[in-house]
Amino acid sequence: MQKQEFTITAYTENQIGLINRIAIMFSRRKINIESLNTSPSEIEGIHRFTIVINETEEVVRKLCRQIEKQVEVLKAYYNTNDEIVWQEMGLYKVPTDIIAEKVKVERLLREFGARAVVIRKDYTVFETTGHREEIERLIKALEPYHLIEFVRSARVAIIKDSHGFHTKLKEFEKEEPGEEVIENEFLDKREQVFTM
Amino acid sequence: MSNATTTTIEPAIAAPDKATQTLSGSQAVLEACLAEGVTTIFGYPGGAIMPIYDALYDYADKLEHILVRHEQGGIHAAQGYARASGRTGVVFATSGPGATNLVTGLADALIDSTPLVCITGQVFAHLLGTDAFQEIDVINITTPVTKWNYQVTDATEIPAVLAKAFYIAGTGRPGPVLIDITKNAQLQKFDYEGYTPCNHIRSYRPKPIVRKEYVAEAAALINAAQKPFVIFGQGVVLGKAEQEFKTFIEKAGLPAAWTIMGMGAIPTNHPQAVGMLGMHGNYAPNVLTNECDVLIAIGMRFDDRVTGRLDKYAKQAKVIHLDIDPAEIDKNVKADIPVWGDCKETLPLLTALVEKKDRSSWLSEFRELEKKEQEQVITPELNPSSDTLTMGEVLKFINELTEGEAIMVTDVGQHQMVTCRYAHFNNSKSNITSGGLGTMGFGLPAAIGAKYGAPDKHVIAIIGDGGIQMTIQELGTIMQFGAAVKILILNNQFLGMVRQWQQLFHDKRYSFVNITSPNYVTVAKGYGIEGRTVDQRADLKAALKTMLDHPGAYLLEVMVGKENNVFPMVPQGCSVSEIRLS
Ligand SMILES: Cc1ncc(C[n+]2csc(CCOP(=O)(O)OP(=O)(O)O)c2C)c(N)n1
Repeated sequence: MQKQEFTITAYTENQIGLINRIAIMFSRRKINIESLNTSPSEIEGIHRFTIVINETEEVVRKLCRQIEKQVEVLKAYYNTNDEIVWQEMGLYKVPTDIIAEKVKVERLLREFGARAVVIRKDYTVFETTGHREEIERLIKALEPYHLIEFVRSARVAIIKDSHGFHTKLKEFEKEEPGEEVIENEFLDKREQVFTM
Repeated sequence: MSNATTTTIEPAIAAPDKATQTLSGSQAVLEACLAEGVTTIFGYPGGAIMPIYDALYDYADKLEHILVRHEQGGIHAAQGYARASGRTGVVFATSGPGATNLVTGLADALIDSTPLVCITGQVFAHLLGTDAFQEIDVINITTPVTKWNYQVTDATEIPAVLAKAFYIAGTGRPGPVLIDITKNAQLQKFDYEGYTPCNHIRSYRPKPIVRKEYVAEAAALINAAQKPFVIFGQGVVLGKAEQEFKTFIEKAGLPAAWTIMGMGAIPTNHPQAVGMLGMHGNYAPNVLTNECDVLIAIGMRFDDRVTGRLDKYAKQAKVIHLDIDPAEIDKNVKADIPVWGDCKETLPLLTALVEKKDRSSWLSEFRELEKKEQEQVITPELNPSSDTLTMGEVLKFINELTEGEAIMVTDVGQHQMVTCRYAHFNNSKSNITSGGLGTMGFGLPAAIGAKYGAPDKHVIAIIGDGGIQMTIQELGTIMQFGAAVKILILNNQFLGMVRQWQQLFHDKRYSFVNITSPNYVTVAKGYGIEGRTVDQRADLKAALKTMLDHPGAYLLEVMVGKENNVFPMVPQGCSVSEIRLS
């Protein structure tokens, strides 16, 4: 099986130390995390992890099961890049005087759909969102103009082919505490969206 | 205690004040234990857990606390207790070194799915992260070796957190849970509103929902099979599904082999029992794994010690895997039919659908191979022609004397494999051993715990001369608490199992496996424990009988052959059908 980029989406309780518990699942298998984002989800008290790794599907599938096994994890999905819509954000800090002088830069920014976040006498911070390559193209373009600092965010992703965990969770919540997450719901569609 | 701490000396905490229901965090911990039906706690005190020990003073009539000699001994004892009784073991330890001494036992319990609740004291919350005296980040150290852990800094959290801890430890695939409680939370008084056991956590699904269609597919496959073969593990015991399991294999006429952890789930002399799987398992079940057409794995996890080379493991067979833990299915061996669920639920469903069959010709294939093992390995081991005592014959006499009724707790090494190969068990939860981690030093303390877990049974700890020296200090616990454990040291004057590997795979280069022993009988005497050494066959059976008949603890050392090997053996990197008989 070929290694490729997979995005893991995990819904979890908001719990101290959980990020460590999840990170251990990767480090223990010597899998490098390309990007990790964690933040509150649309649902009160539930966090959403977005983790990008380069691995074979078999490894990712097993990992998702291990992640989901953690007590505070509600659900873990994995997707290939064509199954998700994703974005990263880049922040670029450049000297204002150079920007102000050189109109070319402004055009450059328009081309990349960037936005000024802060404009000060000494420096200006631009922001852009997009796929990794898009963000990287702007770094390349800004480098000649004395790029002072650059930072890229972790990936955030929305799964295309799913009604989302949101509806599912709402259903569970309605049925609480009687019903629990249906573990094997997707087993018969194993090879399709994800295997759980 | 060092002056470096900012520990304040608090007055002793009074018994709970029922009228106002004002409790300290410490009292709430003990109330939780009582509410969960805990009767025995294994532990060792220290500065950061002193408030809990102080409260324990007032609960001494309701909660029996066994003071071990080392926290590792404490947690292994709790494991032995849990494994013998089927209940959750409880451990107390202090912060820092107390907590780090638990790590080996946590890892052992996690891999062997043993339910434990460990409570560690922690420095005051305001000192967290300051490298205070005996402060360590116990949560992060124990994260990879616990099913769940949590740090309490406020007493009001204690009832709910402990309820969660017991629920998580004991349900689904059981495992160890660690709760770290800061000293301020132990001392803090709060309005106690009683204890409510936990039976639901939003993000925790202990049991997957059973999918009937897979059960039906599995049954159809078994019904159509010519050579179906059951391999089972501890899942049957943990699911308390021994009876359901027996009914299942009996109706469908299936030969069944156990993993080291599944041993005892059915009586070892059951007519359909075909022995132990794995590296030092029996010849027939290992070889025939590669001949069956349907392999039915129940509550076992295809450990590499069981499968040998995965790419040559049961390739011809369709695999049905029953397990409560979805992460186990397809982990090592791809399942054609996954039956997720508690086998207590899934087995009866399966039994209802399988046809009653007589498969005696298939079963006789096992018996044929068994004869070969009997001739080449078992007979010479149990009835040796030389004067040298073998480990196997010790087991033979134990079997004769206990008639399969004793609990045997083993340490790790050759004696462990010999015990698991030759011991007879009539009852479930009788074989207690460190299966997944292979922890030397497990045997003696686990036997102490097992005695508390099953006080009416003979508990025999079978230990090597290496392993006994790892936790020998627990003789002190036996002495103080009068645990009537029978300690059987099989002394081959070597770290035997390592020596065996060196002989077979490292050209007999015996690098640092020669271990000398103290005079164990004298050591035992020092602890007030009776004992004896035997090196003659003529004395062996009588000595074992003396040990068993002795009312209290007893240590018997048997001098066995120095360079005897355990066979059969699937050498590392080989297929199970390449198992060697010599
Ligand atoms: C804590 C620990 N350290 C090392 C080992 C590696 N090990 C496995 S078996 C063994 C030898 C055991 O020797 P002994 O206790 O004398 O038992 P025997 O094999 O002779 O029966 C060793 C060192 C282990 N399993 N656990």
